[in-house]
Formats: sequence, structure tokens, C-alpha cells
Amino acid sequence: MFSRAYKTAVTAPPLLWVAIFLLLPYALMFCYSFWSVSPAQTIVHSWSFSNYTQLLRVNVYWQTLLRSMWIAARVTFFSLLLGYPLAYFLSFHAGRHKDLLYQLVIIPLWVSYLVRAYAWKTILGSDGVLNTLLQYAHLTRHPVEFLLYSPFAVVLTLTHIYTPFTFLPIYAALEHIPRNLMEASHDLGATPRQTFWKVILPISIPGLLAGATFAFVLSLGDFLAPLLLGGPSGIMISNIVVSLFGAAYNWPLGAAISLVMLVLVVSLLFLSERLEKKWSFS
Amino acid sequence: MEFFVSKESAFVRQPRWLLLHTAAVFGFLYLPIVVLIVYSFNGEGVGGFPPRNLTLNWYRILFSDAAIWDSVINSLEVALAAMVIALVFGVPAALALDRAGFPGKALFRRLVLLPLILPGIITGLSLLMLFNITGTKLSLLTIVLGHGTALISVATTEVFAGLRKLDREQEEASLDLGANYWQTFWRVTLPNLKLPIIGAALLIFTLSMDEIAVSFFLIGRDNTLPLEIWGRLRRGITPEINAVSTIIFVFSLATIVLWYRLRMVNQAVPEIAADFAETAAGH
Repeated sequence: MFSRAYKTAVTAPPLLWVAIFLLLPYALMFCYSFWSVSPAQTIVHSWSFSNYTQLLRVNVYWQTLLRSMWIAARVTFFSLLLGYPLAYFLSFHAGRHKDLLYQLVIIPLWVSYLVRAYAWKTILGSDGVLNTLLQYAHLTRHPVEFLLYSPFAVVLTLTHIYTPFTFLPIYAALEHIPRNLMEASHDLGATPRQTFWKVILPISIPGLLAGATFAFVLSLGDFLAPLLLGGPSGIMISNIVVSLFGAAYNWPLGAAISLVMLVLVVSLLFLSERLEKKWSFS
Repeated sequence: MEFFVSKESAFVRQPRWLLLHTAAVFGFLYLPIVVLIVYSFNGEGVGGFPPRNLTLNWYRILFSDAAIWDSVINSLEVALAAMVIALVFGVPAALALDRAGFPGKALFRRLVLLPLILPGIITGLSLLMLFNITGTKLSLLTIVLGHGTALISVATTEVFAGLRKLDREQEEASLDLGANYWQTFWRVTLPNLKLPIIGAALLIFTLSMDEIAVSFFLIGRDNTLPLEIWGRLRRGITPEINAVSTIIFVFSLATIVLWYRLRMVNQAVPEIAADFAETAAGH
């Protein structure tokens, strides 16, 4: 139905744009990761694996990467813990308030990420809202210090930010479950609990995987929440990259770390897509 | 009938803990927003319980703060320009994915959608290297290119979902009746995609207004609002930040209500959720 000219006209411009502004930059990142910096602070365009060997040799790099993954894993766990039952409640028990509650979950997404992280900082600080509240209520005499500038603060803030993102695909998956499937399960003698474990949960696995991937990948690469709330013990891998591209001036090493992150993220996306396909019934 | 009702209630019966859990999650999601808004009126600064000396003073300071308003203007310009780029390339990309076959199509689809799920730092840094090697000076323009490129994904996903529901017979009829492709596109295809395109435009606009991770690396001399706020947070915090955030929140909320109104006309909420989920999952 569509002519060759039509197909070319709609394909060529976006293809060209994507090639210049996505494919080429990723390719450049790949090249940079094999280059190095001279003592005179210029980029040396000779190829070697030295950045990658440095990644493996210097403890702080791979340890920070592991810590970032551990923080991201906790964020994912807590986002699912909060998001799944929330989606379940909205899908099956909210009745006529469903639409309203759904929009109430979405609204926090429209408060800037930065501003919400900042709001947590004003809540958790040693003379912040929470600590002064605790003292006001005579629950503690001295401010609780571990709340801010710790991995705890980073995990809390990122969980706050990614819970709506994990909620969305889970909710969509639950909404697509045919209601007569549950009636059938009940008719055949299953208790509500059995219906959940044997019918609802398996069908919602693709949504759950999508939500988990989203929370893990985005919190893994975060650098603003750690800068704002993490303190020295909450530093994540992206913070190292930021400093390598800034004051520490070693773009090639920064590019190598970024590329490792990119490969990690893309393989996770690939894996989760495969798993989602495996679990989807349609 | 009675049998049916009892069957319904068997799985509609709600455990109390689920209700409590839901209430607690909503509390968690809204606590920072409530604190943000309440403390924008607090005379004593951003900490301390209970809030004391409620005042509009921070709003007064904000309205005479030229640097903030310059950055707001910059952000609006960037968001508008990014929206145009994302639509001009995102709509054809959706058409291409829907109706054209070409080598590397699967890779193209993945590449377009990737920035949506990729941490902003990777998109930002890879573009920084491109601009560095081509000798492009960092400015608001480089931020526009970054936002435009990253948000093509939003336009493509929204419009692609719209195309999937579109009845192709109308376009076929238009072509049969002698209209050329160009006329058919402007008079039949585009009007049918009005809602997804407006929805995508609003979404792109708000996302760009808020974006910081990509902008962080592509910033030149002029700040966008999130970067201006970031700079001030590093220097120490005052409720002025709360005041400007409260105003932006109210505006975003108004935009979103408008968006829902538009989509609600012919789409049910679960479908919006499904769209969003597909977008989120990068499909």
C-alpha cells in the first residue's frame, strides 16, 4: 500500500539522526575507552587495554561498581515490595476509586527528581524535619546522624523515586488478567491465596520483571542522589565517572567505566526481555 | 445471581494489611512533596519541626530573583525546541517502524528507545564526546540536541501505539480517490494521530523541563532551571528552592490534568498504563 518513496521519506530522516546522535556517540565512547591521557593533559589517540586493566587492578573502581549494584538491588527490592501490593490493591480492590488512585501514584513523577531528592535531604538532615520532630516528641535527645549522608539515604530516596516506575508495568499486567480466570480458579476450589500464587503472580511476572529492570538500571547509573545525600560512604560508580570527566581529567578511563555500565545495562535489558517472553502467556 | 455475588466477594474480600500497606505507600510517596510545599511558607528556613512563622516572604524573594527567571526562560526554550526535534524525527520513526521494512530495523528500534531506559549519564557523556571531537561549543543548543535525541523515544512510542489502533482503510480510500501520499499524510494520517502527538508533546515538554542528568554534561554558560537549582543546593539551601519547586509542581500538575483530559476522551486508563509500561519496558 505504501510506495517506496513514502517508506524512504519516513525512514531516512530518523535513521540519519539516530546514526549521528546515538550510534556515533556510543562508537566514540568505545574508541575513547582505548585511548589515554598524556602527562600534559591531552588525549593520546593510541590504542591499548590499559584503562580496562586499571579497572580490574584498582580496588576502588570495581568495589564501587559492586556497591552501586548492591544499592541498586536494594532499591529494586524495596520498590517491588512497595509497588507490587500497591498495584494489586488498585487493580483488584480499589473499585470506583481506581482511576483517581492511579493518577495519585503518577503525580509524584511530575515533581522534579532533583527536588524530591532535595526534599528528602531537608527531612533527613541532623536539624531536618524528622530529627527535630523526634526531639520535639522527646523520642531522642540528640539528632539521629545515620539518616543523612549514608547509603541508607540514597536507597530511601531512590526507592521513593522508582516505586511509581515499578508500579506501572505491574499494574498494567494485573489489569490485563481476564477476571473470569480468577472465577474459574475459585470455582475449581482454589482459596484466594492459592489463586494469587498459582494464577495472578505467574501472569504478572513479565510486568514485575519490567518494573524491576527499570528500577535497577536507572538507580545503578544515578549520580545526583549520592552527591546530594550519600556522603563519602554512599558514593556510586557514576560519581567516579563524573569526577574523571571533571577535575580528575581522565576521559578515556571515564569512557571505559561508562562502557562497562552500558554493556551491563544492555545485557540486563536483553536478559529481562528474554525472561519476559518466556513468562508471557499470549 | 446470589451465587454470582458470593463468588465475586470471595476474591474481592480485601485483607486489612493490604489497605494499610497502600495507605503507607501513598504516605511515603507524598511525604516529601507535602514537606516541600509546607516549608516553602516557613519563615525559619527549611528544617525544624513544627514549621514556624508562616510567610510568603520566600515567594517575594523568588519573584525578584533574576537568575532563577532567566533559567526558567532558558528551560522553556530548550523544552520547546527539544519537543520540535523529538516530534519531527519521532513521528516518522513511528511510521517507519509501523509500515516500512529495512535492514537493521530491529537495531534501529532498540537504539531509538534506548535513551529512555539508559541512565542519563551515558547519553550525556557520549554526546559530550561527540561535541568535543567536532569542536562544538557547549550551550543551550547542545542541551536541546541532547534532550531532542533522548526524547525521540517518547514521541515514537506514543505515536506507534496510536498507529497500531489506526484504521488503515481511511488512508487506503484517500489514496484510491486520487490524493497523493503527501496530501494523505496531512489530511488523513496526521489528524487521526492528533491525540498521541499532543500527548507526546506535553510529555516531552515536561520531561525536558525536569531533565538534569543529560544537561549536567552538556551545559554551557546558561543554566536551565534544574541546573540553577542544583548550583544553589551545592551552596546551601533556602526555602526559595521550595517556593520555585512548588510553583513548577502546580504548573506540571495542570499540564498533566490537561493531558489526561485529552486522552480520557477516547482511551481507558488501563491502556494508558499499558502504553507507559511498554515505554518503560523499552518495547
